[in-house]
Amino acid sequence: MRSDPADYQMVAPGTLQAVVSLLAAEPGAWLPIAGGTDVMVQYAAGKLPARKLVSIWNLPELRRVEVLPNEVLLGAGCTYTDLRDHETVRREFPLLASAASWTGGIANQNRGTLGGNIVNASPAADSLPALLAYDAELIVASVRGERRLRYGDFHTSYKKTKLAADELIRAICLPRQFVEYCSYTRKVGARNAQAISKVCMAALGRVAGGVIEDIRIALGSVAPVPLRLAETERVVKGKLLEPSLLALAKKAALAEISPIDDIRSTARYRAGAAGNLVEEFLLKLGASERGA
Amino acid sequence: MTDSVERRELSLTVNGERRTVRVYPMERLLDTLRGQLGLTGTKEGCGEGECGSCSILMDGALVNSCLVPVLQAKEASIITIEGLAAGERLNDLQEAFLQHGGAQCGICTPGMILAAAQLLRKNPEPTMEEIREGLSGNLCRCTGYMQIFAAVVETARRRGAART
Repeated sequence: MRSDPADYQMVAPGTLQAVVSLLAAEPGAWLPIAGGTDVMVQYAAGKLPARKLVSIWNLPELRRVEVLPNEVLLGAGCTYTDLRDHETVRREFPLLASAASWTGGIANQNRGTLGGNIVNASPAADSLPALLAYDAELIVASVRGERRLRYGDFHTSYKKTKLAADELIRAICLPRQFVEYCSYTRKVGARNAQAISKVCMAALGRVAGGVIEDIRIALGSVAPVPLRLAETERVVKGKLLEPSLLALAKKAALAEISPIDDIRSTARYRAGAAGNLVEEFLLKLGASERGA
Repeated sequence: MTDSVERRELSLTVNGERRTVRVYPMERLLDTLRGQLGLTGTKEGCGEGECGSCSILMDGALVNSCLVPVLQAKEASIITIEGLAAGERLNDLQEAFLQHGGAQCGICTPGMILAAAQLLRKNPEPTMEEIREGLSGNLCRCTGYMQIFAAVVETARRRGAART
């Protein structure tokens, strides 16, 4: 049943400081809302448990992109459109720019934010495997100050994160060290726009003399959280990229993932598709050196 | 509920006119536009941001008005389908939709036209692939899309010719 707006309080204090003060005053009571592409959907369905909302849409402190010598800081309130349109993001972080381009349609890209995608914590979120592949870190803010944590540790279990009740993600930090890597990303879904992925993958790698020097593979929709395939990476790193390695990598990947049946796909299909994406990436990685 | 929520006044600019409304802050912008402001050109389709029928321009960006709490539109500039025509005279994009049969039942049409308007403003000479992407968040169940794409191509071509 549809929600009644008379049941919901909403404020828009206008600064990050005022927002975190509110969060600290009543921890857990106020739900931050940015572009509303998740929160308003729950609200429409009458399934929004929070009754007090604090708007963080367009907070200037959250909408900036800072390009520093060693890293790029993306404000958590940057929309997918902001990311797609940013020259440095497109050039140095193509996995993220691509994911932003196939998240929702244009209207949702104009409102949905990267920080929102992270805290909504869907294992199917398209942009999150890219953040894992790029070794992102998060800067989270509260009245207690700021702390920085590895994004790879942020999701602890299905929809659970390390964010405290009084904290807000301020920025996502991406190290500028993967520019020379071969990058691969692919979404498998019913259609590109507006369809949530059955499986999606973001991966980076570097080969020299046919040997895989470094590799990072992350998948969405195959586990309770966005998943980095650490074991698969270990199996192939330092090895000669030859046909027999493809089979080993696929086997390792299938052992690491734990896909389920749901409305969008089946565990069996997801496992098959995930293995094929790993294989396709390794083939591209091999070709990247020969092409260079 | 522990605290009672009051309606409050807020102002925004709609189709170039300054308007003040009395609203609950979590009211959907879609409902404010159609209800208090009487702008029923904006349609509700799915009500969950999937279909694009309620698309409008907010500060120049295409958004689904069903997903915008009206408080977030405070002091914003909104363009709805009613804001494209000059009185009774349709604009060139609207005319092209008519000429090419890009509108049938009409539910998707206002959102589709605003999506096309934003696309052409950002990218005056889009490729067919870019047109398909720009409109991919707007679902139509009548036309099969080809007439819509033709209308956008035609508008881009005419505007291009007018510029040179």
